[in-house]
Amino acid sequence: MSQSNRIAGGQIDRSQTFRFTFDGVPYQGHPGDTLASALLANGVRLMGRSFKYHRPRGPLSAGSEEPNALVHLRSGARQEPNTRATVAELFDGLTATSQNAWPSVKFDALAINDRFNSFFTAGFYYKTFMWPAAFWEKVYEPIIRRAAGLGSLTRQEDPDEYDKGFLHCDLLVIGAGPAGLSAALTAGRAGARVILADEDFRMGGRLNMETLTIGDAAGADWAAGVVAELASLPNVRLMPRTTIIGAFDHGIYGAVERVSDHLATPAAGKPRQTLWRIYSSRAILAAGAIERPIAFENNDRPGIMMAGSLRAYANRWGVAVGDRVAIFTNNEDGLRTATDLRAKGVDVIAVIDARTDGTLLPGIRHLKGAEVIDSSGRLALKTITIRKADGKTETVRATALGVTGGWNPNVNMTSHHRARPVWDEGLQSFIPGDGGPPGLIVAGAAAGHMSTHGALATGQAQAIAALELLGMKAKADTLPKAEDAPISITPKWYVTGGKGRSWIDPQNDVTVKDVKLAHKENFSSVEHLKRYTTLGMATDQGKTGNVIGLAVMAGLTGQTIPETGTTIYRPPYTPVAMGTLAGRSRGKDFKPFRLTPSHKWAEEQGAVFVEVGMWLRAQWFPRPGETHWRQSVDREVLATRKSVGICDVTTLGKIDIQGTDAGAFLDRVYANTFSTLAVGKCRYGLMLREDGMVFDDGTTARMGEAEYVMTTTTANAVTVFRHLEYCRQVLWPDMDVQLISTTEAWAQFSVAGPNARKLLEKIVDQDISDDAFPYMGAGEITIGGTRGRLFRISFSGELAYEIAVPTRYGDALIRRLMEAGQEFDAIVYGTEALGVMRVEKGHVAGNELNGQSTALNMGLGKMVSKKKDSIGMVLSQREGMVDPNGYRIVGVKPVDPKGQLTAGSHFLEIGAEPVMANDGGWLTSKSTRRIWAAISP
Amino acid sequence: MIINHPILGPRDSQEFVYLGDASLMTRPDGMTAGIEEFHDWLYNRDNPAGLHRELWYHEQGDRSWLVVTRNTVTHEITSVELARDVARKMGRSK
Amino acid sequence: MADTLHALTALGHAAPETVEIGPYRITERFDVALASIASRKGRDKDVEKAAKAENLPLPGPAAAAEGATWASFWVAPQMWIVEAPFASHEDIVSHLKPAFGDAASITEQTDAWVRFDLAAPDLVPLMERLCNVDFSKAAAGFASRVVVEHTSCYLIKRGQGEVTLYGPRSSARSLLHALETAATSLL
Repeated sequence: MSQSNRIAGGQIDRSQTFRFTFDGVPYQGHPGDTLASALLANGVRLMGRSFKYHRPRGPLSAGSEEPNALVHLRSGARQEPNTRATVAELFDGLTATSQNAWPSVKFDALAINDRFNSFFTAGFYYKTFMWPAAFWEKVYEPIIRRAAGLGSLTRQEDPDEYDKGFLHCDLLVIGAGPAGLSAALTAGRAGARVILADEDFRMGGRLNMETLTIGDAAGADWAAGVVAELASLPNVRLMPRTTIIGAFDHGIYGAVERVSDHLATPAAGKPRQTLWRIYSSRAILAAGAIERPIAFENNDRPGIMMAGSLRAYANRWGVAVGDRVAIFTNNEDGLRTATDLRAKGVDVIAVIDARTDGTLLPGIRHLKGAEVIDSSGRLALKTITIRKADGKTETVRATALGVTGGWNPNVNMTSHHRARPVWDEGLQSFIPGDGGPPGLIVAGAAAGHMSTHGALATGQAQAIAALELLGMKAKADTLPKAEDAPISITPKWYVTGGKGRSWIDPQNDVTVKDVKLAHKENFSSVEHLKRYTTLGMATDQGKTGNVIGLAVMAGLTGQTIPETGTTIYRPPYTPVAMGTLAGRSRGKDFKPFRLTPSHKWAEEQGAVFVEVGMWLRAQWFPRPGETHWRQSVDREVLATRKSVGICDVTTLGKIDIQGTDAGAFLDRVYANTFSTLAVGKCRYGLMLREDGMVFDDGTTARMGEAEYVMTTTTANAVTVFRHLEYCRQVLWPDMDVQLISTTEAWAQFSVAGPNARKLLEKIVDQDISDDAFPYMGAGEITIGGTRGRLFRISFSGELAYEIAVPTRYGDALIRRLMEAGQEFDAIVYGTEALGVMRVEKGHVAGNELNGQSTALNMGLGKMVSKKKDSIGMVLSQREGMVDPNGYRIVGVKPVDPKGQLTAGSHFLEIGAEPVMANDGGWLTSKSTRRIWAAISP
Repeated sequence: MIINHPILGPRDSQEFVYLGDASLMTRPDGMTAGIEEFHDWLYNRDNPAGLHRELWYHEQGDRSWLVVTRNTVTHEITSVELARDVARKMGRSK
Repeated sequence: MADTLHALTALGHAAPETVEIGPYRITERFDVALASIASRKGRDKDVEKAAKAENLPLPGPAAAAEGATWASFWVAPQMWIVEAPFASHEDIVSHLKPAFGDAASITEQTDAWVRFDLAAPDLVPLMERLCNVDFSKAAAGFASRVVVEHTSCYLIKRGQGEVTLYGPRSSARSLLHALETAATSLL
């Protein structure tokens, strides 16, 4: 069976043949095919199973609105679930499999659900899995999880890469059908920066699917000509295979470009998809219209599809979906399908026209006032049953049925800022309402101008209008001649009278009955209707079915459709893969790394690294023979206590604060006083938030009369800087203070332990004796002539210094320190040993400064000066925060040294009931040798 | 969103950090105001559906604090000022 | 032990690196000294005068300017980062302090940054994958803070095919990786 349903014509390249498989069966197609068109060409109509009832399904449409033909595309790690076969561009070697069916799409065990359909009606989950509650986790949820969802995940990592990018334009045109092309051409010729994006791989929209002419040319040829002219304009960017997924604030649009989806695998280094953030001054929505069906019994069989799609498969892809085709219509457009198919040599057996007026198609069995009331065929359409105007029924053999209930303007994106579409009585459809995204205007069928001329004219007019608002002038060139047929439609939403099921939303298996049940159970508001029946949910978001659901509800409530209202659309327009949103930010590239100046040296030493924010810091330095981290860390601590240890502390935030008011400024931002600090000295500072809780701490040195260097914790470096800018600009705007971060500019090492000075004396060019460089001293030094800074401060409880050089010399400094330290058995310690030593010294850190601690809790209450105004001073005096019986930080030691407690453990009196009232505090941090905790007195 | 920075022109709101209601600018003087006044200033704020003056910080930009007047319903931004200028106009100094 | 300390580039090597990917050239620069200059309150005029005397250009917002020895770019109101040759200006602050006195706050920034110079016949495709700047519309001499793959940088457009990017020194490798990845995806 090789392309048995392929007919002449179409925009496919028959000189090349692509081989592909579906459910393991090999088929052939051509460049220009979609997976759906190629399968249909091969006579394959059954492509999947429905969500709830596992009904056999084939494509309903020829576009991104497709609810049925969802497949697994590709295999292995590249397998992608829920891919719409109607938009999957065929490539050589493509493999696809059906989903939601086991063991096969032709024989699906869960199709048994279809027999129990009365059980699976609207609100099924809410009603069925109610009790007993204990059944939820063990019984219901596993069943639902197994049965729910359509495609399955491979659980393998996606091997492809995804990019992100930013684009700018004067005018974004969304959709490259006649309206979009007309708009882009008008704006492009006027010199505006234009982006024209279309989700299809071939621009032209419906022009590619119709036999219409524009001027003297076939519509598709006219489109190709315009695309060629646009491509030649340097100010126009054409973006085929690009879906605009959402209208965000102030002219920002999201776009997904499928860069490599039409290839078996992306070229090396190339992304599979790119997520663009488009900044537009103006945008024109030219997204066309989407055809809607008419519901009748068993209207979901493979072979029953939208009439316009039957026409599209014939005209664009050279595919006759069936050899005996019937059309069911309530509008003039259905007749166009019949005419086009017959011109292609397809046997059109009947046009079942719900309208009673109008002219008859010559040479075709055209039944007026008739409707299709049922169909048969287990895996694909075999017969349809027609009820004629006289009430008599007739069953005829048909392999394809095209249905059209009219066209809905594609208003999706106009609703992204909550604007509600409004009802147009003439079109029997919703058209864009007021209050859409500012800067977005609508042209062509999306605005309700359904003819080709209407599209060309409004595209041009809207482009001129958009450019005028940007102060640019565009010319109204004479439009080529195109059809301008009026709309002729008689409302027809669903066929009444039967007892069976008529599908509205085939993806979610929502039928007319479900809407009736929702109404009966008082879920009649549109928002309730949607949630109760799942109408319009999942991958297609009700692009074809929503309006019918509303019409059915309107009929039941006795209201009009506009009175019934409509739900609104949200981004994304079509499903977006998680990988696309993640872009390059995954795995080890999830975020950038920050490396310390001694990183290279530490790597050479075999250090174990830990992520601290974005920093990679050495956690400990294992030595040969050490098999447990405790051995390394204990050794590092003991060596430091005994002689000297070195630690890279570059990650601490450093902020250079200068200006004549620098001291006064620090008095405001620190709870304690800094204006009195002598030049060449440093002091420990405590920073509060306005609510009185501890914000941050660190040492600040006065390097000159109007020059300080502040140290912050590693974690708060950015937030403290932001806070200081706030204080300087907003709270005290006339203070003479200038700030700049110098965290990265200086490589800084802590040198701690009884031999710290002896070591430093060997490498520092100046006298740093206790007299020359006393405790809390700070100053400039040189190391072998290289400029540096020295601070005599200690966080780990020993004689200690911090020494700094410009970062480029950091690697040399650690090597020099280690070389000079050899005679003292100097070691380098990591963050674990640092933690142990600060716990033993009683210094608070992140575990204690958790945003719920006051200075008093931390034993630092006396540091809060009340002689001056400072951030947090006033509110730190609140009743609950100065409670003398409040929490206090204390050190604790286990009575039994072998006993182990973990941080976070709460203390209880022996025998006390574990209730809040008996809480004796909790362990905040733990060192390897001693334990430290916060407990209440 | 796009914030029209008074110095740098239109910039993506992704570059900014949001703080909150611009009424935070009226910080009382800690040497004269008591706990009550501070408490009211820090915690009691309006939550309007409509125009809202709020503080944004151009962290990935020129580090200016801005007062942005934004409609919380539509996100329309009607005014953007340098917070320092606004603060001075309010009489804030040192 | 009185030897001077050896220097490493931000990428951790003795000499700066150049990477070529198709038409894109990424050059690490190690020969530029940097300092920030911020006018003190009410001293704008003095700063302007001192800068003029030093032949040090101080451009307006979102701009960079180059002089004979000094170049600079605007970073914040009343604040610039100035560039000078490292060989002659390693201790850049001591060069500037005498000129500006107490009219400006001056802070060494040389090693706070890694500098990459990007070059290609046309950098637009690369820039639109890296940051949200409207690069093709920006004039030569445009300078702005930008975010490149979560990394906060300064971008200076020297020309359509010439860009200077200053990124945080500690993230030099991550930043280079982002630049290389973007360039590779364009081949």
